[in-house]
Amino acid sequence: MDSLTIIAASSIIAAGLAIGLGAIGPGIGEGHALGRALNSLAQQPDEAGTITRTLFVGMAMVESTAIYAFVVTMILLFANPYWNYFLSKVGG
Amino acid sequence: MEITPDMAVYWRFGPAVLNRTIVLTWLVMVLLVGASWLVTRRMVAHGDILAGVRVPRWQTVLEATVLAALGQAREILNADAGRLMPFLTTLFLFIAVSNLVGSIPGFDAPTGSLSTTVALALCVFVLVPAHGIMRVGFRAYLRNYLQPTALMLPLNVFAELSRTMALAVRLFGNVMSGRMMGAILLVIAPLFVPVPMLALGLLLGMVQAYIFAVLAAVYIAAGIETESQH
Repeated sequence: MDSLTIIAASSIIAAGLAIGLGAIGPGIGEGHALGRALNSLAQQPDEAGTITRTLFVGMAMVESTAIYAFVVTMILLFANPYWNYFLSKVGG
Repeated sequence: MEITPDMAVYWRFGPAVLNRTIVLTWLVMVLLVGASWLVTRRMVAHGDILAGVRVPRWQTVLEATVLAALGQAREILNADAGRLMPFLTTLFLFIAVSNLVGSIPGFDAPTGSLSTTVALALCVFVLVPAHGIMRVGFRAYLRNYLQPTALMLPLNVFAELSRTMALAVRLFGNVMSGRMMGAILLVIAPLFVPVPMLALGLLLGMVQAYIFAVLAAVYIAAGIETESQH
């Protein structure tokens, strides 16, 4: 394998790992948060507004780690700096 | 595949570049300003309604929007709702309209570009200390960074920076991911499958706009709360 193939293959594998592992944690976390929020909503329907808003804000916080993983994946796949550097070296 | 609408350049003059993001941002601004101008041109006051004048349809929409925003701002910000609501509502409306524009085929959401979202997050980043200083004064605000001990100073400063970055990257990542999913689905299963994704995109766009505005409000409110404990 020449170095270009290694870079391409490792980028794709790393991208898959990044999005896969990066989705597990936030998925579990958001599930917990939603479960607790539904419990609270069932017990105190009067506080629906506050609970829903806090849930949204918290979920946005939890979600940001998944978004970081996604951005890294997209950079690895479509805007990989090493890949572009080697392409410019090889292609001239 | 283009990741951001920044990459589509229409016109270039030396270092000045006119790309898709700028054009679409101006389109959204024209849309918002034009709509506001049209709606507020012929407003009907409370007395006129009692006299039997019909309320224009769009004035009802405008009033409902403003009242809903004011209610949300009052819940989060308490006393400062009146002063900060225009900024937060503008943020919400701009992001919401941008995301809606992005759902139209042939258009992109200006919020799908990191430069736009960083600009929006920087507005919040500047407003948090500005509002804190206006409320409690310069020295009292700076002392806020030394809470609970002076050792926490670097961490407090870092928290301020990192949440600004998180605000920008979150919005960018969400809008960009929606766009990429649409593009990929269009390639592997054209015609009918992307339609539900577009519908979901409409909902997610509004949720993201709401989250951005609420997070900005929460950050600003958090800046005030720690000071009032003194």
